[in-house]
Amino acid sequence: MSVEQAVIGAPEEDGAKTTPRHVSRSVTLTIGCVLVGVIVLVAVVSLFWVPFAPEDTSGRRLMPPGLPHLLGTDKLGRDLLTQLMIGARIALAAGAGSVLLGGVIGIAAGLAAGFATRWLDDVVSALLDILIAFPTLLLAMLVAATQAASLTSAIVAIGLAMSAIVARLTRVLVKRVLAQDFITASRTSGTSWPRVVIEHVLPNIWPTLSVNLALQFGLAVLAEASLSYLGLGAPPPNASWGRMLQEAQASVFIAPVGVIAPGVLIVVLVIGVNLIADGFRDVADPTRRRRR
Amino acid sequence: MTAYLLRRTAFLVVSLLLAAAVLFLLLRLLPGDPANSLLSVGATPDQIEAARHQIGTDRPLPEQFVSWLGQLATFDLGESFVSTLPVGPEIAARLVVTVPLTLLSFVLAVVVAVPVGFVAAHKANTWYGSILSGVSQLGIAVPVFWVGMLLITVFSLSLRVLPAGGFPQDDWADPVKALTSLTLPVVTVALVMSASLIRYVRSATLDVLGSDYLRTSRALGSSFARAMWRHGLRNAVVPVISILGIELASTFLGAVVVESVFALPGLGGMLVKGLAQHDYPVIQGILFVSTLVVLVIGFVADLVQRLIDPRLRHSLARNAR
Repeated sequence: MSVEQAVIGAPEEDGAKTTPRHVSRSVTLTIGCVLVGVIVLVAVVSLFWVPFAPEDTSGRRLMPPGLPHLLGTDKLGRDLLTQLMIGARIALAAGAGSVLLGGVIGIAAGLAAGFATRWLDDVVSALLDILIAFPTLLLAMLVAATQAASLTSAIVAIGLAMSAIVARLTRVLVKRVLAQDFITASRTSGTSWPRVVIEHVLPNIWPTLSVNLALQFGLAVLAEASLSYLGLGAPPPNASWGRMLQEAQASVFIAPVGVIAPGVLIVVLVIGVNLIADGFRDVADPTRRRRR
Repeated sequence: MTAYLLRRTAFLVVSLLLAAAVLFLLLRLLPGDPANSLLSVGATPDQIEAARHQIGTDRPLPEQFVSWLGQLATFDLGESFVSTLPVGPEIAARLVVTVPLTLLSFVLAVVVAVPVGFVAAHKANTWYGSILSGVSQLGIAVPVFWVGMLLITVFSLSLRVLPAGGFPQDDWADPVKALTSLTLPVVTVALVMSASLIRYVRSATLDVLGSDYLRTSRALGSSFARAMWRHGLRNAVVPVISILGIELASTFLGAVVVESVFALPGLGGMLVKGLAQHDYPVIQGILFVSTLVVLVIGFVADLVQRLIDPRLRHSLARNAR
């Protein structure tokens, strides 16, 4: 088991133990949901109302928190709270978009690879290994470089890189399920392969897969922030937290809120998602519950 | 073992060829003509044609690919569009910063993570065990460049004990000066890396602590320390080694971003500049070298794992891959 985990490359595989035993699972899940819920709420509100228009540069530059700019302004005089609220939207879009793209491609490819045998299996798994060796961030930079940098290019790049990881995990999980006796039994009783996949394979791999996708969501948020920090993410006036950090870096003493707030929000969102993944793992996976 | 070594080497070579192909195709298939980066706005069709001919993109794709592979075989990564200097030597010069940054961060991360991860598992039910796990949970959620920014604020701008960025012009001529410049970047990368490593070490240790063989050994009268040393360590180290390979590779990549924060003249800085200038030979060269590094690390990690774990050397080998 442990060797296989290493191959999958997910310590979280065994994450029943990643939180202290006396912290109950439901508490982890609750905290995670609250943290993510706050960010989602902010993002939803930002669709209907923000304190100032995002391009409004009428405020004085680098104002400290107060009225009317609750959290102050950035170096162009834009309202910081407004930027942060829009940033929530972008972070969630980056996470959700990448996971959707990476998940759909990855699961489809992984299912196909799971059914491959002998040399075809070797070829497919070698290909996946190579794609994984191709670093996410560099791939994203490549995509962002050849076209104009945008949120879409960042999502496509992160999603594509993620799909290789998802595909490899799916392949291992599918192989494990296909080796089970109930698959043979189901086949012998005349079930077609597509039905076997829908009725037996997918439900069996989904718990592990969904937890991994949740963790990938967090990684995608971090990757988007890094890209934006390097200037390869969503261009202005879209306020990505990563770009906000880059812009605020020079004025950390005059306006510390600009350096602290976006970073804290990134951490809140990623921790929240990770906690949900941790908590969900046991709820969703009955075998793990039994073992404990 | 020899047979495995041969097979694994063949796999490495094939991987590298495929990676080169993927890289080549991605750069060619994505919209955007490399020739554009040589030209100013409003170039005539003739000028575009001439630029294409100059960099060879007017030839058929397979021919371009073969000639690029030929160049790679002689370690020729082409010349920069912008500076017209060869890319290879420039990358080599940049590695003088990136490689020490990566290795030092990695060593520091391992030195911190192994004992901390062990304690976090061994004392999982105590308050400090919980705190250690909580801190590592926090660590994997923090953007690495933000940690760098915060460290600069505290240690360079407030306390003024360490430089905020840059690297000596004469590289390692003055080792103390070079190391001082690298201190904050190394700590930044190591902090973030150790957080995820702690989780792996903790998980591996918990597996061992709950194992039957450890209980049997204790029942037969071994002290805890002896049982851990004789049986625990050997089992816990196997999953950790393979993770170390992946971690080393991601440390290398983490370094690319952190270099931007600290304005270090490493591979990352070169790549970001190349991207901004659409300097294709530079981008292509760096991505190829990076992929090469990542693949070689994976190769070495696999070999080490096999040397350490006799189970892998025998029948399980096929299933394990």
